[in-house]
Amino acid sequence: MGRYLLRRLLQLVPVFIGTTFLIYWLVWAVPGDPFAGKCGERRCPDQYIAFMTEKYHLDQNVFVQYANYMKNLLQGDFGQTFSQREISDIILTSYPNTLKLAVVALAIEAIIGLGAGVLSGLRRNGFLDNLVLVSTLFLIALPVFVVGFVLQWLLGVQWGIIKPTVSSEMRWSELIVPGFVLGSASVAYIARVARTSIAENRRADYVRTAIAKGLPMRRVVGVHLLRNSLIPVVTLLGTDLGALMGGAIVTEGIFGINGIGRQVFRAIITKESATVVGIVVVLVLVYLVMNLLVDLLYAALDPRIRYE
Amino acid sequence: MRVSKRATSAIALSAAAALVASGCSSGGDGDTAASTDGSIVVHGVQPENPLVPSNTTETGGGKIIDWMWTGLVEYPNDGGAPRNALAESINTTDSKVFTIKIKAGTKFHDGTEVKAKNFVDAWNWAAYSPNGAQNGTFFADIAGFDQTYTTDPDGADGPKKAPTPTADKMSGLKVIDDQTFEVTLAAPTAVFPTKLGYSAFMPLPDVFFTMKPEEFGKTKPIGNGPVKFVSWEDNSLIKLTRFDDYNLRDKMKVKDVDVKLYQDDNAAYADLLANNLDFMEVVPTSALAGDKWKTDLGDRGRSTVTPSTAFIAFPIYDKRFANPKLRRAVSLAVNRQEISDKIFFGTRKPADSWANPLTPGAKPGNCTACKFDPATAKTLLAEAGGFTGEMVFYYNADSAHKDWMDAVAQQVKTNLNINARAEGVPTFAVFRQNINAHKMTGPYRAAWQQDYPDVENWVNPLFVTNGSSNDGLYSNTEVDALAKQASGAPSLEASHEAFAKAVEKVDQDVPSIPVYFYGQQSGHSEKIKKLELNNVGEIDITSVEL
Amino acid sequence: MSDPSTASIVSTPGAHPTDSAAPATAGQPQSNEKPRGLLGDAWRDLRRKPLFWISATLIVIFLLMAAFPALFAPGDAVNGSLSRSLDKPSANGWFGYDVQGRDVYARVIYGARASIVVAVLSVLGTLLIGGTMGIISGYRGGWVDALLSRIADVFFGLPFVLGAIVILTTFNGSGAGNSKAQIMGLVTASLIVLSWPVVMRLMRSSVLATKEADYIVAARALGAGTGRIILKHLLPNCLAPLLVYGTIMVGSFIGAEATLSFLGVGLKSPVVSWGIMISDGQNFVRVAPGLVFFPAAFLVTAVLSFVMLGESVREALDPKLR
Repeated sequence: MGRYLLRRLLQLVPVFIGTTFLIYWLVWAVPGDPFAGKCGERRCPDQYIAFMTEKYHLDQNVFVQYANYMKNLLQGDFGQTFSQREISDIILTSYPNTLKLAVVALAIEAIIGLGAGVLSGLRRNGFLDNLVLVSTLFLIALPVFVVGFVLQWLLGVQWGIIKPTVSSEMRWSELIVPGFVLGSASVAYIARVARTSIAENRRADYVRTAIAKGLPMRRVVGVHLLRNSLIPVVTLLGTDLGALMGGAIVTEGIFGINGIGRQVFRAIITKESATVVGIVVVLVLVYLVMNLLVDLLYAALDPRIRYE
Repeated sequence: MRVSKRATSAIALSAAAALVASGCSSGGDGDTAASTDGSIVVHGVQPENPLVPSNTTETGGGKIIDWMWTGLVEYPNDGGAPRNALAESINTTDSKVFTIKIKAGTKFHDGTEVKAKNFVDAWNWAAYSPNGAQNGTFFADIAGFDQTYTTDPDGADGPKKAPTPTADKMSGLKVIDDQTFEVTLAAPTAVFPTKLGYSAFMPLPDVFFTMKPEEFGKTKPIGNGPVKFVSWEDNSLIKLTRFDDYNLRDKMKVKDVDVKLYQDDNAAYADLLANNLDFMEVVPTSALAGDKWKTDLGDRGRSTVTPSTAFIAFPIYDKRFANPKLRRAVSLAVNRQEISDKIFFGTRKPADSWANPLTPGAKPGNCTACKFDPATAKTLLAEAGGFTGEMVFYYNADSAHKDWMDAVAQQVKTNLNINARAEGVPTFAVFRQNINAHKMTGPYRAAWQQDYPDVENWVNPLFVTNGSSNDGLYSNTEVDALAKQASGAPSLEASHEAFAKAVEKVDQDVPSIPVYFYGQQSGHSEKIKKLELNNVGEIDITSVEL
Repeated sequence: MSDPSTASIVSTPGAHPTDSAAPATAGQPQSNEKPRGLLGDAWRDLRRKPLFWISATLIVIFLLMAAFPALFAPGDAVNGSLSRSLDKPSANGWFGYDVQGRDVYARVIYGARASIVVAVLSVLGTLLIGGTMGIISGYRGGWVDALLSRIADVFFGLPFVLGAIVILTTFNGSGAGNSKAQIMGLVTASLIVLSWPVVMRLMRSSVLATKEADYIVAARALGAGTGRIILKHLLPNCLAPLLVYGTIMVGSFIGAEATLSFLGVGLKSPVVSWGIMISDGQNFVRVAPGLVFFPAAFLVTAVLSFVMLGESVREALDPKLR
């Protein structure tokens, strides 16, 4: 186990370099001159472009640029945006916001998804099962911007139950609705997985035994069934955290949350490689660590899976 | 038909009066007398650059710069001719040498006095090309600019670097005493005093020259306007407060201004309706649809017009668009009234002149190609020899142009039987890059908002050979000659007269087609009792009363 | 753009097959000794399910719609007239008209083609590539697993919007003059490139959980070749989570296609798709909710049919549920 862990940790290094280079190269390859649109309908003065090009070493080839970037990064320097703002500042202010939102979304996803999954898994093909299926699918099929816009409009403006946007203090209570919007698409996945898992275990010997013993149904479900069915759901939730953080662009926009999604998107279209990589680097680390944890978890939970 | 800004202001005032009356019933805090210590939250977007006037070309930062600085001249809210602000007098006899005298005893936010040398130093800084100021070329009129501002011999992308300038100060600028300086232009330019209200020409305090520009612009920008900078939290909030020593015009009547930086207009609009936001300059498209904003906002909404025009420009360098008859045919096939009514719900006016009619010196209704006349259009197209292939109308997909560009393409398709469609280019940067490189293969959208209120700004950059925004490479020697004569005219009246003649020539060639004049629908909270908008539709922060 | 990614849905431990639950065929689930074979069994099972017939019928209708839209809607889906802009539903235009004065009914029908073709092809491609990689890395293990998994990690870390913008602006920028089919191919390709790691991890974890199972060990002991073990034993037992995921993925891919169109890098007019319609209609939600509602309703119905079909096929295929 120790050797396996060590090997996996060593493997993180090439993945980390591969991912950051791929991203750096992709942003570099986005067509368009970063300064062509900076001056509105008027062409920017050549001198301004030359000044910026030199400042950000944009005249070098992509390998040199990447090497420079990594060298600075290892010394803790994330670099500057084209607006001459420290990227580390952006990361420090926007990451906590996105993380908070993603955690709320995850909690909502877990509660609703699991609840719906258990209900429908226990009564397969019943009315509830179908209702859950249709309603969660409806959330998947509707684009996030529609769900977000409609909820914000009804709850925030028409009925005045919530504030339409989230204040800069990011109170937890303000994040419930945005969290729901962000998590809505994943609810269906959680519900489906939980349902399948419950349905399978429902027929397992130990559940039949428990029922045969005359245990009350609540205890059978709560202790025997749920605990054994939770494993796939938990692993799914674990890796979803990264996806939620990376996928919050639309939700953050609708509810005025100063998160990373907006920053990444803006940086992509303005070709700010350093900003994109800087933000994504942290995301990649989250992914990698989560993946590693999940893989270790398999072995720990299921003796049939072995890593040599 | 000239749309009067005055008329809309009057409506706004009466709406404000109504608000005072209804303010009591809503149980507002305090009395109806104007409060002098309140604070307001206004809508904003993250400025792209640190707040340095000569390095700001976009509206997010431009708005805050306009509040924080007061220039030599200012443009009145009603869109009329510019008047002196910080300038005591601007004198010239030949439109070439200007003697500028500034008012004594005005201060920067750090307490130092605004002197003539603050202008001269600021202009020299921006015009010195190694500083890379975005607005550097605004000083091209001034004598000696060619020594401080060198251009790259093979363009910005080429391997060669621009030579270092031979001078770091323009020879045309001379400080005479603390309150006076003299500007010598390279050639007579009647419109020069008008330009002086643009943000590139603002003065900078001495402390600016002792620090890095980005440090100045990010952490402690110091201006001389009615509003003082407090703090800037990226993508979230810019805090501003009243500058109590301001003595040029009215001080701000409220104490604090928070500029909340939004990413999404719909979010800001929802905040506005919920009274979390006190002012939003432009309500989002989703609120314009079906005139919802009128019912949403009632008295709190207002509609105004801004001196900007949306065009569709032709790539004249593409042989297929070289024939003026074809271009006129396309223009005549566009039903601007219908687009205004159906796509914009009447909030944008169909364009019928080349320069925006709000601009001093512009002649209303002088675009004969702006009529809707499908029959003539068909005839002209036939005379031009038809159009083969697909006519693609391009726009940048990162802002809301799809609906009207689709409509234009559809009308051309229906009325001319040309295989036309509209296509979005993903980002403004790619879009502009193609335009700059003269690689467009179809008509494309363009918009022009004047930098300073004079018809000159609608002709020289757009229609003169090698004009700074003449991206379609339109060239007509007659237009060039008339525009040159107009620019060097001894008086503004003579200049306007000559520009009108140049525009008549442009009208024959249809190098681009004006489609609509921009309008602006704004909204404010119940808290605000009175406010005015300035000549380009931004909130006049000193007019706000609670 | 949220691209909900599932990393792993492991079949839970202890879920050993039992013979009491399912009504029909009792006995051992490892059915390769049976005369009829797995697929024959599944088909017998399927024929009796109303859910299967309903979903299959709907899918056939949608496929017909995609192939021959003119059968369903006589109207013009591409050309509009502003004089009809935002008209309410009427005898002429059953679903009303959009802001450009185009017939919403005709557009919804014609939109089926691009939406379904792109989504289904992307899902198939993703399942094929991701599934193959997953089986290989799960079954072989060792350095092959390490290499493939790390490659997947690299792609996994790529934000969806970034990847899509780059791929599509590079190959599908304005003026590239791509035909409709090429654009659809590019959108499909970029969806596959950005989604396969999810399926790969899913498949890999399934294979990991299954490959130590008694019946696999038994088959190996009996001298079955690798190919036979994978195709006859592993695949049927690992397909279930993939099918579930894949059918739901059809829905999110239709949405992803909408986002790409919205960003100006995806499908372009005159191609009509439900995604384009929804993103075009969003500004008019308050005035003409039908512009979003009708394409969304078709989209949900299509997704539902795929999920229901996937569900019934899965139940029929899954030996544990017999």
